Amino acid sequence: MQSFELIRPESVKDAIGAQSERSAYIGGGTTLVDLMKLGVMQPDHVVDTNRLGLDEIEVLDDGRLKIGARVSNSRLATDARVERDYPVLSQALLSGASTGLRNMATTAGNVMQRTRCPYFRDPAKPCNKREPGTGCSAMDGINRNHAVLGTSEHCIATHPSDMCVAMAAIGATVVVEGRKGTREIPFEDFHLLPGDHPEREHDLRSDELITHVVLDAPLEGAVSTYLKLRDRASYEFALASCAAIVTLEGTKVTAARIALGGVATKPWRAVDAEAALVGEDATAKMFEQVALLAFQRAIPLEHNAFKVELGQQAIARALRDAVQQASQGEHQ
Amino acid sequence: MADATLDATVGHVDPNDTSSLQTMELTVNGQTHTLTLEPNVVLLDALRERLNLTGAKKGCDHGQCGACTVLIDGRAMNSCLLLAALAEGQEITTIEGLADEDGTLHPIQQAFLEHDAYQCGYCTAGQMMMATSILNDKDIAKDPASIKEAMSGNICRCGAYKNILDAVQSAHRTIEGA
Repeated sequence: MQSFELIRPESVKDAIGAQSERSAYIGGGTTLVDLMKLGVMQPDHVVDTNRLGLDEIEVLDDGRLKIGARVSNSRLATDARVERDYPVLSQALLSGASTGLRNMATTAGNVMQRTRCPYFRDPAKPCNKREPGTGCSAMDGINRNHAVLGTSEHCIATHPSDMCVAMAAIGATVVVEGRKGTREIPFEDFHLLPGDHPEREHDLRSDELITHVVLDAPLEGAVSTYLKLRDRASYEFALASCAAIVTLEGTKVTAARIALGGVATKPWRAVDAEAALVGEDATAKMFEQVALLAFQRAIPLEHNAFKVELGQQAIARALRDAVQQASQGEHQ
Repeated sequence: MADATLDATVGHVDPNDTSSLQTMELTVNGQTHTLTLEPNVVLLDALRERLNLTGAKKGCDHGQCGACTVLIDGRAMNSCLLLAALAEGQEITTIEGLADEDGTLHPIQQAFLEHDAYQCGYCTAGQMMMATSILNDKDIAKDPASIKEAMSGNICRCGAYKNILDAVQSAHRTIEGA
């Protein structure tokens, strides 16, 4: 691993002051240390966030849940308020990584998690995300694990997070602090599509630090589920996943939130499917119909075409599983 | 493979370049050690190369196999991805610190022996540290499916999983006094 200077500030202000174009913040380090060992990330300065506090979870007056950037994935998943009001987030977190990694990984670190694309992770291979302008090795390479939604001709790397998929469905705000003050970024605007600049992955300026993620207030009476489909039953990234949250009045859907993982270049909100579902009867047939809408603009490649159907099944099954809870009287 | 070469030199720093060295205190198995390390040294290498605590193993070196699992303030973590400096001020427990000082094995060690929960043994220290963390964690259920799920980040290439699961359940019964 390349050497770096470790800076250990005691306040958010000092942390922001220590940040530069050639530095990286470290939380648990499960992504950063891995990528530094591979030579994919080579910061001159690593700014430690572990002395900044930012480790509280609190319910705000308006019913939203404010999560400190340093709250670990394990703690967030098992927090009583998260288990009660946002079970879909708890399920998503516990389906990701391993016990040891979840004990280390932080909330902000998970938001900043980087793709598992093997070409991105191999500095010997061309990659527009790692080295802009060098080309995309995955486009004509082994692209079985790559995205079918939100791709560009320059990058098809999948966003790897489960947590972010649940947050996209719940609705959230990323709170950041920089030299010019605090900004609040809607979760759906935080991660960027690759477009012509796959190296730009998020709407975070070089001096800014994520301090909190604030979840929207839970939908009253909602039922939800996180369904993750993968090559093995545990400790594996998603081939396709779906976070589904719905509210019902009798048999009619009154609100729907559907987000996808494993199939897109960013945590993906399936807004067309959501809109089509509201006002309709909550039937398996209807779920299958709206699932098709989510993949209307999918661009499958040589090895990942199966993700279109798998993703559709993930939506239909997640909706069915969520609604089944309603009939069993188990609210969200 | 380049990584292996680099890692072999960890802890052996160029005496002429001391610019980025950091002095830190690490508390391992109840003993405090003062170490001067490059900031890029991970805890696993500090334990193995500097403190001679070779129980924690380097399997994949990327957080994918669990052989390096140690406890940080009682919680299992992958020491290959943890910068040593970040463990300062916390209680680090390795397999060498699991048994009582008089040599009485920890229930999880005794259970691994009794259930023959290993073959080659390379993953065993990591398995036992993860199991210890899980048995102490009130948020993790102790039924077989939950234990398997919680331990899925600890890979055993010999495939001793069945006996590992038996051992963890047995240790759980011992600890609970059932």
